[in-house]
Amino acid sequence: MPAEFDATTTIQQYAHPERLVTTAWLEANLGTPGLVVAESDEDVLLYNTGHIPGAVKIDWHTDLNDPLTRDYVDADAFAALMRAKGITSDTTIVFYGDQNNWWAAYALWVTSLFGHADVRLLDGGRKKWIDEGRATTTDVPAPANADYPVTARDDSVIRAYREQVLAHIGNGPLVDVRSPGEFSGELLHMADYPQEGALRGGHIPTAKNVPWRRAADENDGTFLPLDQLKAIYQDEIGLTPQDDVVAYCRIGERSSHTWFVLTHLLGFDNVRNYDGSWVEWGNAVRVPIEKP
Amino acid sequence: MRDALHEIVEEFADTPKELRLPLLLEFANGLPPLPQHLIDDRDAMEPVEECTAPLFLAVDVAPGEPVRLYFDAPQEAPTSRGFAAVLHAGLDGGTPEEILSTPNDFYLSMGLDDLVTPLRMRGMSGMLARVKRRVAAGITTG
Repeated sequence: MPAEFDATTTIQQYAHPERLVTTAWLEANLGTPGLVVAESDEDVLLYNTGHIPGAVKIDWHTDLNDPLTRDYVDADAFAALMRAKGITSDTTIVFYGDQNNWWAAYALWVTSLFGHADVRLLDGGRKKWIDEGRATTTDVPAPANADYPVTARDDSVIRAYREQVLAHIGNGPLVDVRSPGEFSGELLHMADYPQEGALRGGHIPTAKNVPWRRAADENDGTFLPLDQLKAIYQDEIGLTPQDDVVAYCRIGERSSHTWFVLTHLLGFDNVRNYDGSWVEWGNAVRVPIEKP
Repeated sequence: MRDALHEIVEEFADTPKELRLPLLLEFANGLPPLPQHLIDDRDAMEPVEECTAPLFLAVDVAPGEPVRLYFDAPQEAPTSRGFAAVLHAGLDGGTPEEILSTPNDFYLSMGLDDLVTPLRMRGMSGMLARVKRRVAAGITTG
């Protein structure tokens, strides 16, 4: 049975308030049967240094990505992961992590590909929880193996591939959520991530640039209020909730965060994440590139 | 490869896979704090751009003296701290020749590549390359 929703006013302002919880709500609901808290971080050791009591770790690299092909795990591997984490198809999963929930949003998006119904983000993520002095532990839970059905991954609704993006140019909005330096082509990689580079710099033609971090408060990492999000995505770059939107970044993680904002906070109906992103596009032969 | 570093590589390789990250965390927790002269003069430290988290290093090279290594990375970046601590434990106090003879890809034998993305692992080679460059420069100028 899904956990109660968070009735806090700051959460209720969004289009889908059932997708977000506050740190206070989570603290009050820890240990509720049917609720599993999952930490997904950029730094793979961070969970081991201390995490929310009872939280399991889901590693974006080793748990969610196929070890051989550049793709996500298949249905069997995903079901095995969920079982090992004590998650059933009815479980409420609350994701949180470092870097403004960057990787937590990615884990939530991948989990959504498998149709898991009740997935939520912890507003403000790991940093807010710790800054508020809430409890952490280094005890790693050992959940009993749960029953999770093997469910096919559905890549048709919230995921976009290169060919689809190519056909999308001129037919729908594209949002490039990388930094301005990457968007302009000045940088061939994200600042501080020189290894994840591309042979060509620039952006997909017609894409508008809204760095993903703009959706979060600079201080506490919580999502901006609804009116400020509307000002950025609807007034500033002209998106409307009915648009068929494709978001991308470098390997699809930062754009998962924007996908969450557009889909669950602003209530857009058709948002897809192009996870091939610039590491694919900027290395692909003969795809069009725009550079200011 | 210097014995101290070789032993660490072996220790990781011989540790069951599920215990390798906790072992890396032990190293991260054991990274010595910076000496006061570097706390007072952070500009003397070199940023390692290959790391995804802010990491700084400094190297002391003097003729006839063991080479001293110093690393600094925030507590919120335990993986980078862990890499730095492995290099510190393996190479600090070594001779310039020992340090310069370290294979650039020594870390591939640690068995961490299944656990940490290869891209992140290159932070380790970035640190080593910078240490070597400083040691080589220290020999010629010293």
